[in-house]
Formats: sequence, structure tokens, C-alpha cells
Amino acid sequence: MAVLEIICYPDDRLKQESESVEAFDQSLKDFVADLEETRLAGPGAVGIAAPQVGLSKRIAIVDVSTLKKPVDNHGYLLMINPEITKWEGMEKGREGCLSVPDFTGNVIRAEKINIRFQNTEGEWTEFESQGYEARAIQHEMDHLDGMLFLDRLVSRRTDLFQRKVYKN
Amino acid sequence: MKKWSLLTLVGADQSGIVAAVTRELADADCKLGETSMMRMGGNFSMMLRVEHDSLNLSDLLNDVCQKLKLHFHVDDDVDGVSMVIEPDVNITVYGADRSGIVAEVAGVLANAGLNIIDLETAMAGTEDKPIYIMTIEGQATQGVDALNEAAKTITDGIELNIIPIQTLRA
Repeated sequence: MAVLEIICYPDDRLKQESESVEAFDQSLKDFVADLEETRLAGPGAVGIAAPQVGLSKRIAIVDVSTLKKPVDNHGYLLMINPEITKWEGMEKGREGCLSVPDFTGNVIRAEKINIRFQNTEGEWTEFESQGYEARAIQHEMDHLDGMLFLDRLVSRRTDLFQRKVYKN
Repeated sequence: MKKWSLLTLVGADQSGIVAAVTRELADADCKLGETSMMRMGGNFSMMLRVEHDSLNLSDLLNDVCQKLKLHFHVDDDVDGVSMVIEPDVNITVYGADRSGIVAEVAGVLANAGLNIIDLETAMAGTEDKPIYIMTIEGQATQGVDALNEAAKTITDGIELNIIPIQTLRA
């Protein structure tokens, strides 16, 4: 296990589209363990994607289960070859990124998504995710497509009023 | 010696102000830090942190500002370090327009620990029924609950929403 080096923009590797994982072998498991250790070493990071440590493969981790202010979550999510199959709603939220130090900005994301992905054995899972976890998943999936949250920044004037959330 | 200055410019809006002013600065090897530039009413206002080699910025900008009819002012940056302060609360305020809304809201919230990082206001509605709208991003130094409690004392007719910001770090 090792903490890997986080690469930061303007490193070109962050702007590349990652390749699908084909081999579900021991080296994949080893890499995933290192990636998680690297995430945990990042200050308060709820997610990390392989391109952030310089590997152009479709692998990402999200875990929003340990926030001080709890949110809906599915625990630790290791996502290999993830795909979003359904989007619903839009919400503005503030994001930062290990690969873009010292900056946070507002980004619009889908409020609710259906996500499917493989585990290290190659088995598929699919479920619905919403809110903060869905935001984290979308942020990480962008990395796999060579996108940064900087590509989606919205002006502070955008959506001047956040819609109130009415709970039944 | 490199130093940071804070430059303020304002004048009647026209196209090309940003291009002309920043070109002048760039050609003199000035580096921009945080800036805020926007149209306000029929004016255009610019505030820029500029790093430069101890130039006389007043001399440098005199011609372009005369041409564009901009007032400008140069201050030494009180703190040359760029310190990012993260907002943790987003506040929206609106109500029928009258004088004193900003003063009242800012006063009440300041007493409850709000440090304003970014505040914008706008006028909207119709001419006979104008409304006033304000958005604030800030730091709740005594927590969001303290702000919510304080907000209860704000005059009827002013709508106020306090929404915590949970910044995603990934």
C-alpha cells in the first residue's frame, strides 16, 4: 500500500479521456488499495479518480459516509467502468478538487442519478444515488472523461435563488 | 521589487473597457490576482489586485483612463498575500424595496457572527412595486444556528433564507 502522488492541473493527463478497465486481476486490486489510501490522505476528500494519480483508467472511489453533517449515502463505493444511466433534476453546489488546490466554485449537477459500475471481480451493480453523493459521483466521473469542475463553473449570478427544498 | 496594489476604476459603461485597461497592465508586465468587474447601473466598475515591479500605476493608466473617461484609484494592497476564505453559508434576502434593508440584515447577521465574503444586490419588480434582492456568501463564525436565531428578529416583509454550504472535496 502506498499514498500516490496527486497530479494537479495544468498537467495534461487530467484532460485525457480514460480507458475502460479490461483486466480484473491482482494488480487492479493493488491499485485500488493505493488509490483509497491516497484519498484518505487528502484533507477531507470524499472521492478520487485514477487520472488524479496519473492512471488513465476508468476507476473512481466515492465515500460520503463519514461527513460531519451526514448525507444519504451507500457507504464506500469503488466504481470501475462506471456509467450514469439516468439523470434527474439540477442543483447548484460548491466543489473543490485535490487536483485544483486553493479554489472552490459553484457547479450545477444532476440532483438524482442512476449509476452502474463494476467491482474488482468485474461484477455489475446499479442503484440510485442523490444529493451530495450523486454530486461526488458526477465529479469523479468527469475525471474519467478528462473534465474538471473548472469546465462546469457557473457564475455566482447563476440561479440567483436556490430553490427551497420542500419536504413532505 | 515586486509589490501588490489594489486598483479601482469606474466610469460610464462602454464595450472594450476591460480589454483596454488589462492590455495596458499586461504590456507593462503587471500580473493580475483576484479581480471583480461588473456593470452597475449604467456604470462599469473594476477592482483588481495587481502585482507589478514597483511601477507608478497612476502614470501607467492615465492615458487609457482619460480616453475611456474612467475614474481610477490606486491603493497599496494592505495584505499582499492571496488568502482564500471559504464560504460556509449562502443567504438570500428579498422584499419590497425600501431604504435600510442591507443595513438591517447585515447588522443583525454581523452580530450573530456572519463574516460577509461576497454580497450582491439587485433591484427588480415593477416601477410601482419595486423589490430588492440580495445574495450573500459568508462565513458563519458562530455557526448557522446562530444566524437562524438572529434572523427571527428581522422585520416582517423581508424574506430571508439561510442555506449552509457543504463544499464537496474530491
